[in-house]
Amino acid sequence: MALQAVFFYLFSFLTVASAVMVITARNPVHAVLWLILAFFNAAGLFVLLGAEFLAMILVVVYVGAVAVLFLFVVMMLDVDFAELRAGFIKNAPLGAMVGAILLIELVMVVGMRFAGTAQVVRGPAPAPVAGSTISNTEALGAILYREPFVFYLEIAGLILLVAMMGAIVLTLRHKDGVKRQSISAQNARNPATAIEIAKVPAGGYTVPPKAPEKVRS
Amino acid sequence: MDLLLTDYLPIAVFIGVALFIGGALMLAPFLVAYRNPDPEKVSAYECGFNAFDDARMKFDVRFYLVAILFIIFDLEVVFLIPWAVSFAEAGEFGFWAMMIFLGILTIGFIYEWKKGALEWD
Amino acid sequence: MSFLSNFWTEWGGAVLWLAWSVASSLILLALLLIIIAFLLLMDRKVWASVQLRRGPNVVGPFGLFQSFADLLKFVLKEPIIPAGADKGVFLLAPLVTAVLALSAWAVIPVSEGSFFGLAEGKWVISDLNVGILYVLAISSLGVYGIIMGGWASNSKYPFLGALRSTAQMVSYEVSIGFVIVTVLLVVGSLNLTTIVNAQKTGLGTSLGMPGSILDWHWLVLFPMFVVFFISALAETNRPPFDLPEAESELVAGFMVEYSSTPYLLFMLGEYVAIVTMCAMTVILFLGGWLPPLDVAPFNWVPGIIWFIAKVTFVFFMFAMVKAMVPRYRYDQLMRLGWKVFLPLSLAMVVIVAAFMQYGGLVR
Repeated sequence: MALQAVFFYLFSFLTVASAVMVITARNPVHAVLWLILAFFNAAGLFVLLGAEFLAMILVVVYVGAVAVLFLFVVMMLDVDFAELRAGFIKNAPLGAMVGAILLIELVMVVGMRFAGTAQVVRGPAPAPVAGSTISNTEALGAILYREPFVFYLEIAGLILLVAMMGAIVLTLRHKDGVKRQSISAQNARNPATAIEIAKVPAGGYTVPPKAPEKVRS
Repeated sequence: MDLLLTDYLPIAVFIGVALFIGGALMLAPFLVAYRNPDPEKVSAYECGFNAFDDARMKFDVRFYLVAILFIIFDLEVVFLIPWAVSFAEAGEFGFWAMMIFLGILTIGFIYEWKKGALEWD
Repeated sequence: MSFLSNFWTEWGGAVLWLAWSVASSLILLALLLIIIAFLLLMDRKVWASVQLRRGPNVVGPFGLFQSFADLLKFVLKEPIIPAGADKGVFLLAPLVTAVLALSAWAVIPVSEGSFFGLAEGKWVISDLNVGILYVLAISSLGVYGIIMGGWASNSKYPFLGALRSTAQMVSYEVSIGFVIVTVLLVVGSLNLTTIVNAQKTGLGTSLGMPGSILDWHWLVLFPMFVVFFISALAETNRPPFDLPEAESELVAGFMVEYSSTPYLLFMLGEYVAIVTMCAMTVILFLGGWLPPLDVAPFNWVPGIIWFIAKVTFVFFMFAMVKAMVPRYRYDQLMRLGWKVFLPLSLAMVVIVAAFMQYGGLVR
């Protein structure tokens, strides 16, 4: 047990420390890199809970996908640090308000635990019972695809659909005049549609009577 | 405790050893190799020109779109994995539940395709 | 002295355990790196042979020690850090690439059972319940070394290379994820040893044959095998998908500003990732350490030999693809990933699941 405690304090300390670095780092790219470290340590905490599936998924989704997007966004920002600092005073009340609301919510959740009225808290993740042969992933799968959780699964699907459409509506801009490859049109080309033989009269030139059917290439 | 000891501690030790090997390789030339930096040598490579401006420039918004679509499909895979593992237990109900889930996302995929979001220009 | 003996009775087990796990990690890493040194030489030799050249043939017999000479040379070269670079991230990037690539091998089982009565049990550092997810997680982190290196260099070619590479790797990771789901549907476990052992029975044994090459997943999931192989090429930035480091356009992509061992670590990370992908192909589709025919002369050979032979074979295919296929254009690359592999693998997930559910194959 001592070993588990050592790892718990190590991961917790690193999570909090890197979270502090996320908000204090001057360079936004460094901030994202610290955020990734925080995600890693959170995954370590999940492993300590016995929720290894969630730990791996945290790494795959948050570190492998979400943080990549963050890095993309942050890397191309032309961040003007002076302007950022000027905006600090202006946005401070709003930030303080959001922080205060989050703090109150956290206190409420923890308080309910202590008050013993924690019906909303469903307990820890479905970790395998000691000695059982069912793995963490199977335990999750056994409840996720039954009622009532299956409805949440479909709702998650709908949210993903909305996210997909929203991303396309917001970011998709087609440039004009871009030539694209149409592979089916290329493969459908044959001598009859691609070549036109024009008779050129001796001693002169001729304009072809009509342009050959244009095949995009 | 058991899970930690038998499964994850060896991985931590393994990564530690790998880190040691990598760090040693990294450090070696700083200790033994000849070093003589000069301004030309440490300037950014740009086919012989001096660098025009900062290299961290704006780039096409399409890269974000790819990243966002990747997140969505990655989440889809994540929902599929526990289902695939407990396929027998989930039964016919689970099968059709997942087919509906995949159907919803296939609508999104068709929308993407029709909108030309998968074209690269 | 009593303190020492007290210490030993209380902590002796832990010390021995630690020594054993460090030793086994060191043995695995050393063997892996030596094998990769020779695979690297093989890559160059195959490439050279296809082009009717000799390839490296000076250092040692047939150039066998070329990779070790290269290592020495890298260590003795001057490490250059560009003036405009973000020093910390610049040096962190190659380290992250190499260490992450190596750490995938903590969960990859290379054999099982006895080796002429020497070792028993599972041949793996940690036989993780969620082994395949761990490998998936590690390979999805591969982009970070590249993106950090490209950004920290503060130079245009590396930046472009890093961007291209990230978009490419994430595009193909989706289809790799779906391919893995089809294998999981057939096997029903995330444990890599279980996945290999599930291939002991299959199509061949159901026809009354002894366990053989016909039982492995490559046959029943053939389209997925092809998709996985090609996606693995793209995921590891191998030709014909080596756009991030296309020599003729981007000089060397994200590695332009690197020299000496930081460059070596990038190369090493890349090759370790390739060999990891070869090993994953072998585990998921080619029956891991199982012999191609479970009869007398073949099943005398220890599993580790079969495993290494199969990994070498898949690596040979990687090398041949590199030697023979011209580079893809970027829009073709994205088209292949999103418009061909993604729908194909998604459809295969549905087909395999439906077949399992209604074809009477539910485990």
